[in-house]
Amino acid sequence: MKHVVETQEIAGQSPNWMLARLDDLVNWARANSLWPMPFGTACCAIEFMATAASRFDFARFGMERQAFSPRQADVLICAGRLPFKLAPVIRRVYDQMPQPKWVISMGACASTGGIFDNYAMVQGIDTVVPVDVYVPGCPPRPEGLLYGVLLLHKKIKGESLGDRALREEHLLDDSGLRLPPDEIETISEPFGNSVHQFRSA
Amino acid sequence: MNPSVDALRATFGNAIGRAAVARDGETVVYVRADGLRDVMQWLRDTPGQAYHYLVDVTAVEHRDRELPLEVVYFLRSLDRRADLRVKVELDADADLTVDSVTPLWSGANWLEREVFDLFGITFRGHPDLRRILMWETYAEGHPLRKDFPLRGRFSRAEQVRQALAANPEAHYSLEELSIADAQDDLPPDMKERLQRGERGKLSRDE
Repeated sequence: MKHVVETQEIAGQSPNWMLARLDDLVNWARANSLWPMPFGTACCAIEFMATAASRFDFARFGMERQAFSPRQADVLICAGRLPFKLAPVIRRVYDQMPQPKWVISMGACASTGGIFDNYAMVQGIDTVVPVDVYVPGCPPRPEGLLYGVLLLHKKIKGESLGDRALREEHLLDDSGLRLPPDEIETISEPFGNSVHQFRSA
Repeated sequence: MNPSVDALRATFGNAIGRAAVARDGETVVYVRADGLRDVMQWLRDTPGQAYHYLVDVTAVEHRDRELPLEVVYFLRSLDRRADLRVKVELDADADLTVDSVTPLWSGANWLEREVFDLFGITFRGHPDLRRILMWETYAEGHPLRKDFPLRGRFSRAEQVRQALAANPEAHYSLEELSIADAQDDLPPDMKERLQRGERGKLSRDE
């Protein structure tokens, strides 16, 4: 973004008109006033709280107000592992958020299932809701989450109001899946150490 | 060895199986499944025993398939500062059924539901035997059984599909969450104390 806003002085007065691309102006406003909806389920939520507290203080990045109602939130931060039992809950929270909305998947468990490659755990929340930024770590330090937030700012500033596909939410069918089953299988495949885990009949 | 074991043998004879002292110093006594209810009632109500507090109910399935499943009851007598572990052995091939102790200790309600949920052991006479940790429409079986695959029986996509089809509100009924309704279930003496304002004041029933 080279020229966000241009102002011009007329006849020695203070600037009294300005020119900007609507995209830049709107994205600038959106990116710098993200209201997070914390969906904290595990230890990542502790780091999330540290990020929100005075030392790291993500209010510096426009996240002054944490929205504990999805109706008033812009960015859903899933901090922690997501069991299958909570999958319909996060789906509903996401559905209740008004557009425009974004999702940050914080930590290894939210992003991939982490060490919990078992019967109870969703293997990456992207099988349930679309994710914009993945923050790695177990749990990520507050700097990590802040970096994720800054990446989200960057992403938002690159968006275009004309691109309606960005705001589209579609499910495959009545089953509630947003990805085709084989894609979910691919995402959920064991990796790393968990390929060595076999405990089956 | 906890002296309750000898007292049990004297009272119930061959309904009492072997007994041993576990490595943490607590006494474990095996009880035949059909005698469990009487034994537990006796342990709770007999003055010299007075095991008024049921600490936990859980179950064990050994890796050795030859060994039976065990349901474990942790009893404590707060008056006598004594602990006793009671175990019931269930043959894994037969139907896994044991008498519920919820009529004796109300606290066993959710503990037995948990054992039912994760091990598939049925508690005869339980007032409300539903799953408690997994959602009620969970169809994959009982996760802590040894024959249960670590990643579940269904494919990941099917698991996601079934999870999203579940209604999150169906599991926690409003009755379960309502403290006002729970008040009707309080024992009379506790109601009376609450009326007197011993622990705050109740607005209802006034």
